Amino acid sequence: MRAYLDAIAAGYPTVSPALVYLIGMLAFGALVVFVFILPVAGITSWVERRVWARIQSRIGPNRVGPGGFLQWLADGLKNLLKEDVIPAAVDVPLFRIAPYVVVAGFVAAFVALPFAGSLIIADLNIGILYISAITSLVVIGILMAGWSSNNKWSMLGGIRSATQIICYEIPVGLSIFPVVLLSGTLSMQGIISAQGWAPTSWHMFHSPFLFVSFLLFFVGALAEGNRTPFDLPEADSELVAGFATEYSGMRSLLFFLAEWGNLYVIGVLVSTLFMGGWQVPHFTDNGVVLAVAQFATMFVKAYFWVFVAMWVRATLPRVRVDQFMTLCWKYMVPIGLVNVVGTATMMVVLPQGSIVLRWIMVAMTAAILVQFARRVFFHLRRANYGRLGRISEGAA
Amino acid sequence: MSLELEFADGRDVFATEDMVLNMGPQHPSTHGVLRFIIRADGEVMRSAKADVGYLHRSIEKIAEKVGWHGFMPYTDRVDYVAAMTTNQAWAMAAEVLGGVTVPRRGEYCRVIAAELGRICSHLLAAGAMGMDIGAITPFTHAVRERELINDLLEELCGARLTFNYMRIGGVAWDLPPGFGAKVLRFLDHFEPYVDELDDLLSGNKIYIERLANVAVVSRERAIAYNLVGPNLRASGVKYDIRKHLPYSVYPEFDFEVPIGEGRHGSVGDCWDRYIVRLHEMRQSARILRQAIDGLPEGPVIAKVPRNYKPAAGEVHVHVETPRGDQSWYVVADGTEYPYRVHIRTGSFAAMAMIEELSRGLMIADLVALIASFDIVAPEVDR
Repeated sequence: MRAYLDAIAAGYPTVSPALVYLIGMLAFGALVVFVFILPVAGITSWVERRVWARIQSRIGPNRVGPGGFLQWLADGLKNLLKEDVIPAAVDVPLFRIAPYVVVAGFVAAFVALPFAGSLIIADLNIGILYISAITSLVVIGILMAGWSSNNKWSMLGGIRSATQIICYEIPVGLSIFPVVLLSGTLSMQGIISAQGWAPTSWHMFHSPFLFVSFLLFFVGALAEGNRTPFDLPEADSELVAGFATEYSGMRSLLFFLAEWGNLYVIGVLVSTLFMGGWQVPHFTDNGVVLAVAQFATMFVKAYFWVFVAMWVRATLPRVRVDQFMTLCWKYMVPIGLVNVVGTATMMVVLPQGSIVLRWIMVAMTAAILVQFARRVFFHLRRANYGRLGRISEGAA
Repeated sequence: MSLELEFADGRDVFATEDMVLNMGPQHPSTHGVLRFIIRADGEVMRSAKADVGYLHRSIEKIAEKVGWHGFMPYTDRVDYVAAMTTNQAWAMAAEVLGGVTVPRRGEYCRVIAAELGRICSHLLAAGAMGMDIGAITPFTHAVRERELINDLLEELCGARLTFNYMRIGGVAWDLPPGFGAKVLRFLDHFEPYVDELDDLLSGNKIYIERLANVAVVSRERAIAYNLVGPNLRASGVKYDIRKHLPYSVYPEFDFEVPIGEGRHGSVGDCWDRYIVRLHEMRQSARILRQAIDGLPEGPVIAKVPRNYKPAAGEVHVHVETPRGDQSWYVVADGTEYPYRVHIRTGSFAAMAMIEELSRGLMIADLVALIASFDIVAPEVDR
């Protein structure tokens, strides 16, 4: 990135390099936001609705475009055109700015998210630290929205969200430590480079500690992203719509944009930290083809976790506030601490890791997945819907 | 330096105030138009006071003006989630007053319709339970099955929600041709589905954690507050009007009365109230099979004069609706209009109990509590 801008600045000696950098970065930022982030977040909303519909034996949005694919655009346009209602008694400046803070928090995370080996906006040497810090910015926006709405349900939602993100930051942080210990770097690209393309070289299968870390991280990330079973801030059956109760039109949509966008961030983080990120076998020397393959790998891995999050959301009920705190402080934090110590011990005992252990871990995971798939297919066979149809129409 | 622990006006600096929250009348989990005035300390409730009356349509008063036959469609609206049983209650009250005997086939038709309606209502209750806890999928699956029953009932009486199927002296229409076979076919599909719903919800760890030991109603308190139906049975009281004050042809059927056993907590918690409904669906399916098998031939409605004038008197009939013992007290004065109608419903008693149960619960538990009582707003207010 910097090299390109230097070249451009050299071509226009009369313009100050700082200005070129500024314009260049803004343009690139806008490009990433509008070409990648917004469509991904929007399409995720469509995918989520279709996945839900499939699980809930409904059809889901299927009118706009092929298979309803353009539903997200239609929704966006509709919400843009809606009146921007600001209720009478709200704290107007805070109320207005809150959705932007939320969106800024999630968009800023993309600065350090790797897309491929050569595609990253800024490979910060504190990458993962930066991301876990900047995504917490979201909570400030949510708290602002909850407080400024002048609605008790909103406030409860906002406070729940703040509690949630502050608490779950700790187990998430603790589950990142083992990865950082292993890779010896905080940089996102560094963490990916420390792994290989094969599952046996992923951090996830390094040792049982890392595998548990991975589970902790995914659960904690769901909690930080306000996803079911931790969607307490917007618990629709309890708090109406939580912090978003008083919002309508585009402002309301921005919250959900951040939520769906955050799903992708979670997916990228899980695959970066534990699943080898964009690593592909070095099958060609063509840089562009390799970059495309890496990008596709990363996207598929990230989207797999997005899909799992959707699946979880359609399956699980919501936990209660006290149970949620119990889970965090009594289970996840101690387990996280054990993981850090255990990984450190492992690294002293077996500095190079153990390929046998890695294979055992992979085999066990595969066995669990196979068993899970067998159960799913067992239930699919047993579920007898579809053979019946509308009873009153069929012949008796 | 001394610590200033009081404001200038003498209030304690650390004193906190309870927050008063209005849950409803428009709130997604109040199942209609209910209102609760919640005093909460953060998430923990001090009390949740039920405020009823938002859905009052003076149905009882209307009865005094529309006459015996004409009131039947209004009874659908008393409890629109299970309209068949309210139909039946009104028909029974009028029949007792007028000394009308319902033909046996008519009674069987009533039982078939009422049990289908019960399954319908319990499906909605179990689904909504999941939805209020945050699991949306069971609701859509339950509504999918309910749709099949709606199709059947539509075929039976032309309506899908407010059936207006029963008449004084019997039912409006005989079963359409092939109806019995269709019901059996539905049951073959439905009974495995109940197990599926059981798998989907009952064993879920989060679901159990949310419901077990929440809002426990002891046997004594349940009787003291006059809870009825599944809510009462969940507290371990084996009392079902169909068994203990038999009406219609229910004594001819073999079925059990499931009661709460406290599998995951104490007897009478939210989870028990949920599982009792699930078991009742299975029992309803049993009754339906027997009713279809033993369906007698004959007329479905007795000869009842168009200008129905029962003799002066009063009657108190009990019907086991999905929400428990619905008792109708009807006074006739020998004219073509009832003199007075009073309906006593299960949801109303449950509403009364919420204030006592809500103390110390969290706001999220209140939602589970309302759902577990299966409160239907129109039945509370009539």
